[in-house]
Amino acid sequence: MRSPIGKKVVDIKPSGIRKFFDIVLETEGAISLGVGEPDFDTPWHIRDEGIYSLEKGRTFYTSNSGLKELRTEVSEYIKRSQGVSYDPIKEVFITVGGSEAIDLALRAMVDPGDEVLIPQPSYVSYEPCAILADAVPVIIELKEENQFRLTAEEILEKVTDKTKILVLPFPNNPTGAIMEKSDLEQIAKVVLEKDLYVISDEIYGELTYSGKHVSIVSVPGMKERTILINGFSKAYAMTGWRLGYACGPEEIMAQMVKIHQFAIMCAPTTSQYAAVEALRNGDEDVRKMREQYNHRRRYLLSEFERIGLPCFEPFGAFYVFPCIRKFGMSSDEFCTRLLKEEKLAVVPGTAFGDCGEGYIRISYAYSLENLKAAMERFERFISRL
Amino acid sequence: MSTREELLNLIEKNSRIGVHDLSVMLGADELLVANELKALEEQGVICGYHTMIDWSKTSIEKVNALIEVKVTPQRGLGFDSIAERIYKYPEVTSVYLMSGGFDLMVILEGKTLQEVAGFVSNKLSTLDTVLSTATHFILKKYKDHGTILTKQYEDTREIVSP
Repeated sequence: MRSPIGKKVVDIKPSGIRKFFDIVLETEGAISLGVGEPDFDTPWHIRDEGIYSLEKGRTFYTSNSGLKELRTEVSEYIKRSQGVSYDPIKEVFITVGGSEAIDLALRAMVDPGDEVLIPQPSYVSYEPCAILADAVPVIIELKEENQFRLTAEEILEKVTDKTKILVLPFPNNPTGAIMEKSDLEQIAKVVLEKDLYVISDEIYGELTYSGKHVSIVSVPGMKERTILINGFSKAYAMTGWRLGYACGPEEIMAQMVKIHQFAIMCAPTTSQYAAVEALRNGDEDVRKMREQYNHRRRYLLSEFERIGLPCFEPFGAFYVFPCIRKFGMSSDEFCTRLLKEEKLAVVPGTAFGDCGEGYIRISYAYSLENLKAAMERFERFISRL
Repeated sequence: MSTREELLNLIEKNSRIGVHDLSVMLGADELLVANELKALEEQGVICGYHTMIDWSKTSIEKVNALIEVKVTPQRGLGFDSIAERIYKYPEVTSVYLMSGGFDLMVILEGKTLQEVAGFVSNKLSTLDTVLSTATHFILKKYKDHGTILTKQYEDTREIVSP
């Protein structure tokens, strides 16, 4: 009997986080600092709008690109946060989470053999999505000495004639690194010079703790060659609603919507109505959650400092990414032992690319009490090493 | 957001966070936070550090009632002196001056229904300036001081990758 499975899919490695969490599930009394989603419930007024839309019978498909109302709100949000205008009809469309937008952007833009620059450590989807689109992923290894920011030199080292796309994953999961305006301007120069396109994944944009998040689309000349991806999961604690969006040049959006209409049809209707409320009246919720994340972030940094494991200060997302190299163990071994001996789950840095070796990702999407209990275990563990 | 407001927001939710942790979380100097707390206490902005207790989960009986009170304001003193006469009773936990259909909202805590009823008929209604009262007993507290009492937070996030 011939194999029922296609070769391209088999060759894709499963996510490294998955394997690890199967063990966590079996460990009784484990504390986890592994989850990559907000611990807050979606603010009630947003949920209420979702419920209200159901009561009113808004249970049909929306247009393929999403509710016009929502696209208008998205466009206005980017206008007020980045000072950049997008046409809500032609340049904005609503996806099933930011992750669908990543997949679509790659599929719409590459031909077989095109190279896609992917800075790592980063979110695990870019590489497999590039492979599924028959592109060639080319990894750029981000360095702690640069605060895990991407530099123009690093791009130039990896650019070839075949390079078409640069993925820009900032604020970054897992490192918490951000890119400031001046950093982005340097990147923009290379992008223009080498005629690249940018996929900017800004899902953690609202969770920036030093000033306001800056998008590369606000750099002159970049809006024309950037797909800006964002969503509601992280900022509004709406992970389960599965809602994101992409903004970019009409020409590219049209092709992305084409794939989207055949594969997905449209994003969930209830979620779209709720998201309209989020963008209209959710700023204060976001501010409050960001404030709490920031308290926890500072707390964790000070704890790591105290126990002698200083780590670089992350200014975005909700992760810290300490280096554990001095214990002479691989990330995998460190995390496995930490889980076995202290029943504390964190994610090995290698789940986010080979260059994550020597690091661990700790999520602070947990209550302060939870973080305190976890740090006690962590301290006990490293004091034995 | 000013640090003062952020500090107050933090300890309003959890007054047990120590000065050290507060300073870390706010990214402010420890001495500065200690001084700020002292100043806030002296200015009466921070009025106390109480513990929220859901008595209904204990075997100790407590009865709470809201009483709408209509009064005749007194010349030169307005509502203040009558409010004072009422709030001095230890069984009174809160007194608010209200807009709308009545003047004072008095919140009362007693051991039994009879005790509360006795307070209203013997002490409150007999005050010269009190015109009328309407007593509402609290049957169940769902949420108090921003805290939901009917259920505990539970982390129901499932394991998902990536």
